[in-house]
Amino acid sequence: MTDLPVGERKPLAPPVDDSGLVGWARRNLFSSWGNGITTVVLFAAIGWVVSWFVEWAILTANFTASTGAECRGYGACWALIREKLRLIFFGTYPYEQQWRPLLAVVAMLAMLIATSDRRMWRPWRLLAIWSVGSFVTFLLMFGQLHIPLSLFLFAALVIGLGGLAFRRQVGSAGEVNAYRALVAIGVIGIGLRFAGILPAWKLGIAPFSFVETGQWGGLPVTMILATYGLVFAFPYGILLALGRRSNLPLIKGLCVGFIELIRGVPLISLLIMASVMLPLFLPTGVTFDKFLRAQVAVILFAGAYIAEIIRGGLQSLPKGQFEAADAMGLNYFQKTTLIILPQALRVVIPPLINTFIGFFKDTSLVLIIGIFDFLNTANQALVDPAWAGYPGEVYLFAAFVYFVFCYSMSRYSKHLEIELNKGTRR
Amino acid sequence: MAVESLGSAPRVKVAPWNDPVIRGWVFQIVVVGLVGFLAWYLVSNTIENLQRQKIASGFHYLEREAGFEIGDTMIEYSPASTYARAIWVGILNTLRVAVLGILLSTLLGTMIGVGRLSPNWLLSRICGWYVEAFRNVPLLLWLFLFYKLISEAFPGPRQAISLLWNSVFLSNRGVYFPVPMADPIHKWMGVAFLVGIVGSWMLARWGRKRQETTGQPFPIISASIGILIGLPALVWLAGGAPHHMSWPELKGFNFAGGTVIQPEFTALLVGLVLYTSAFVAEIVRSGILALHKGQSEAAAALGLSRGQSMRLVLLPQALRVIVPPMTSQYLNITKNSSLAIAIGYPDLVASINVTINQTGQAIENILIIMAAYLSVSLSISAFMNWYNKRIALRER
Repeated sequence: MTDLPVGERKPLAPPVDDSGLVGWARRNLFSSWGNGITTVVLFAAIGWVVSWFVEWAILTANFTASTGAECRGYGACWALIREKLRLIFFGTYPYEQQWRPLLAVVAMLAMLIATSDRRMWRPWRLLAIWSVGSFVTFLLMFGQLHIPLSLFLFAALVIGLGGLAFRRQVGSAGEVNAYRALVAIGVIGIGLRFAGILPAWKLGIAPFSFVETGQWGGLPVTMILATYGLVFAFPYGILLALGRRSNLPLIKGLCVGFIELIRGVPLISLLIMASVMLPLFLPTGVTFDKFLRAQVAVILFAGAYIAEIIRGGLQSLPKGQFEAADAMGLNYFQKTTLIILPQALRVVIPPLINTFIGFFKDTSLVLIIGIFDFLNTANQALVDPAWAGYPGEVYLFAAFVYFVFCYSMSRYSKHLEIELNKGTRR
Repeated sequence: MAVESLGSAPRVKVAPWNDPVIRGWVFQIVVVGLVGFLAWYLVSNTIENLQRQKIASGFHYLEREAGFEIGDTMIEYSPASTYARAIWVGILNTLRVAVLGILLSTLLGTMIGVGRLSPNWLLSRICGWYVEAFRNVPLLLWLFLFYKLISEAFPGPRQAISLLWNSVFLSNRGVYFPVPMADPIHKWMGVAFLVGIVGSWMLARWGRKRQETTGQPFPIISASIGILIGLPALVWLAGGAPHHMSWPELKGFNFAGGTVIQPEFTALLVGLVLYTSAFVAEIVRSGILALHKGQSEAAAALGLSRGQSMRLVLLPQALRVIVPPMTSQYLNITKNSSLAIAIGYPDLVASINVTINQTGQAIENILIIMAAYLSVSLSISAFMNWYNKRIALRER
């Protein structure tokens, strides 16, 4: 290029406008020939699918038919959902009592939402939320609760031991003595109960009619299986993870063997095992509720997965934390509960929520051993011959409900990941 | 000397109950004792229950006649076959769906994962919606939906939808398509294909050595594809090019001839692949995002083409991040294939379930399930660990 004198230079073309809607489209949709063609083709495809869906699901849909036959010739038959809504959500729960599972679902949602608030992440607050929430949920679902005396004694023992373990050095003398008293009550009471001196007394709370677990169904079943599966699997997953990282060879071997065995087989085989093998394991005459058997299988399964997640959190801690705790003269229990676990668990909260999403979906497998979870009750809505032939509507509706739950949890987990990492992000 | 005495400090004498070694052993013995007691308790209960119900234990039932029909088999099977054969049919069906599922979901998932990173806004949004839609709904629901759609929305065999000039038929009994008539030459074509695999492996070694000594690259990939297709084709031509096909034809109420893909298998495979590829897409995306931008810029500065920089620089590094989570997805596909029982595809769990119901031998059958899945899972993880080690960063 030879330099022309200033007057004869051609002015440069103005820069391409990349602001506003047109500029945005130029940058993101039509940046090159290939991109432009992709955009046009995708637009056409989306337009076709969306217009077909809108026509099927809204414009030509039938919302008011009273039998499946009336829906013929229309698009989607949403009248089926309207008709079977209560069956899908609550299964075979007694019809006139279905406000109870509805309130139970609300109670569990309230409990979960309260737990998701970080201000509630204090041991006593969580304990209060979960004991009240669980009490309300199960009282509504069963209608009547008969709480044995030994459960109260056991709770006193656990609370007393927990208080002693964490507050002995820091609590006031009165507080520590209260814990000692609780432990004493628990130990003596359970001892007397075993010796047969204390009677098998039960606290009966019976405001409603009793509904056994065989009649439960729908959304509350799915929520109970997933939530309590995770709640009970959590402490036992922590123990497995600590065992796997232990220096003691026998403990380590037991934990590794158990975790790998459970993770190597599908949940279905554990559920089949729980339904056909558990009765063989128990002494003659002892029977187990089918619902409880499925819950035990889910807990066993969840524990192994949670253990692996927590192990990831333990491994992410720098060695200095362990060494510093040792140097402070803390024993294993103090080191683990005061230094290691608080830091490790913080790291694993987002992946734990993702595991919970996984279990929320995986509980649908219990339908194979004949439990009426949400997916199974949706299936039941298809059985009615008067409404045969509209599986798409029912499954889309069920998929939508699952999506709402799982998607909101995954957004929460993403949000939490950012919140918890604020300290370490630059 | 102070430095020497550090290493050989005499052990401080402590009371036995404060000695960590002794404490450790006592604790272990107590725990193992408790676990052992629990195991003994369960086993003794089981033995008692079995005796009461008069169930003979042992694996002798495997040699008895199974007596049930299996709809979809890869090997010869009839109700007169033994239980062992029925379970083997189930294992093969599980493996078939797992292997195909792993291949297809890797392919689809990689495409969607790369699509999510596309500069085209629309394409990346669509891939994002796909991932969210499939991840947040249970796999079992997808399986039911696809199965019901295939079995209710497709017409019966007599009104089957015909495609490709009446050679492929879609109906609610499955997809029918033509296959070549059985011919002895097929066996030799298989042999030629195996020879092709060995040949292209040797070619790849030779090509790499040539590039290392002379700097001349050799088009290994296209040459290998040529060998793998060309050798069997040559054998086929040498055998007189037999081209008789078995065509599906409507006979009575169903098709005869050709071969069929059962609707259960289709629904299971489609559901597994669509569901798992959503997870694979996320893994691939995060693997690529984990790479520093300087890597692709440096590759471009060295004068590598886009394909070369992807193949030689970016992919090998992204694979290090991708392989471990991918391994667990492959294990998930294998385990999730057990959902087949819900839509009636005869996989291992389905065969075992019928066997338990017919024989009552719950323990033996559960042991078989666990052993089968554990050995498949362990072989997949062993292979992936070997592969992971091969591509791992070699630090000096």
